[in-house]
Amino acid sequence: MELSKEQKREIIARRVAQELHDGDVVTLGIGIPTEVANYIPHNVNVIFQSENGIIGVGHKDLNPNDPPSITNAGGVPVTAKSGACFFDSQISFSMIRGGHINATVLGALQVDQEGNLANWMVPEVFVPGMGGAMDLVVGAQKVIIAMEHTNKGEKRILKKCTLPLTAAHEVDLIVTEMCVIEVTSEGLLLKEINPLFSLDDVLDATEADLIIPDVFMQKAV
Amino acid sequence: MKKIISIADAGKLVTDNSSVMIGGFLRCGTPAKIVDELVKNKTSNLTLIANDTCVPQYDRGKLIVNKQVKKVIAAHIGTNPETGKQMHNGEIEVELVPMGTLVERIRAAGSGLGGVLTPTGVGTSVEEGKQTFDIDGKKFIFEKPLKADFALIYATKVDKFGNAFLEGTTRNFNVVMATAADTVIVEAQEISEEPLDPNIVTIPGIFIDYVAN
Repeated sequence: MELSKEQKREIIARRVAQELHDGDVVTLGIGIPTEVANYIPHNVNVIFQSENGIIGVGHKDLNPNDPPSITNAGGVPVTAKSGACFFDSQISFSMIRGGHINATVLGALQVDQEGNLANWMVPEVFVPGMGGAMDLVVGAQKVIIAMEHTNKGEKRILKKCTLPLTAAHEVDLIVTEMCVIEVTSEGLLLKEINPLFSLDDVLDATEADLIIPDVFMQKAV
Repeated sequence: MKKIISIADAGKLVTDNSSVMIGGFLRCGTPAKIVDELVKNKTSNLTLIANDTCVPQYDRGKLIVNKQVKKVIAAHIGTNPETGKQMHNGEIEVELVPMGTLVERIRAAGSGLGGVLTPTGVGTSVEEGKQTFDIDGKKFIFEKPLKADFALIYATKVDKFGNAFLEGTTRNFNVVMATAADTVIVEAQEISEEPLDPNIVTIPGIFIDYVAN
């Protein structure tokens, strides 16, 4: 089954959206995580926090001041929803590090079967800085990784991350276009397989050891 | 009463070889007019402490492009390709600090604390070479305070007492940086002739040395 990049991103963002609940305060990373906001059902009120200093991020502001006085963490001018509030970076990271954020959704370069995450640098190639990612991963109540299962065929759900870590043992859930994996104390538990793929497809694209519930084994037979 | 000075005079206060905190998150809430004076004055050999190095054509991003900075301490440099390029060529020293740790290091300096213990970075390269502490079974990294010679910050409205109001998400690092430098200069988008309503003061004037407009 060959999906386009856009199809994969939509599948992932739609599935992550189901993990967010009414009243949750959530911080989204850039890339696929940002798209999750587009798939929250209208009857579910998820409140978005942005690390630069706002809870209650609205939509893109099409008519902002220049320079803008309200932006998201990507620097994009946004509106503030009803009930929003502003705060400085210290309060923002008290929220983030202090365990007050219900969930964060972030992209990844690699994750491994110990729940380790690498998403902030490739030595000598890509060194943008960790920004707020290290704090978010350590402090959010739930860390959800939204990523394509492989990078141009290269496996990235590994036994052990090879890139510099963002945080150790902090990932809770991995959502890809192929499957949903929960990080447990026993290892990576395969929770769901996208019906477009088989168990063998998932296993072929994954280096990490997976705990496979009987229901998937039976289907495979 | 605080000293109210021109933007040009504010720029002249900042000297070569000094450490300078500059408020702002990308293009939001920056003292861009004062920074433009540093660009014009070619103030050099600076240590820049900021959330990020902005974009090449704006605010502190220009200081990088013009090679006025010898060292950067920041959480993110990815939006200004020039920073990465100079780092790669060995022209600039870059210390990357997790954003929440950067805030707390500055807060520690401004609050008279000897440092902070944070779980952020445990098990990563951030931990290397640093002391760690076990507090009730959880591991924390010790991070030192971070202060500067100058803090250049932005405010939306400032009164003659230096009390400052910052709207929207312009607050970001401006608030904490006001506490942690020897000389603090606020670029006021507007100076209020009347004292601000005490209920809306974001930064108490006690932290401010100069108001520039």
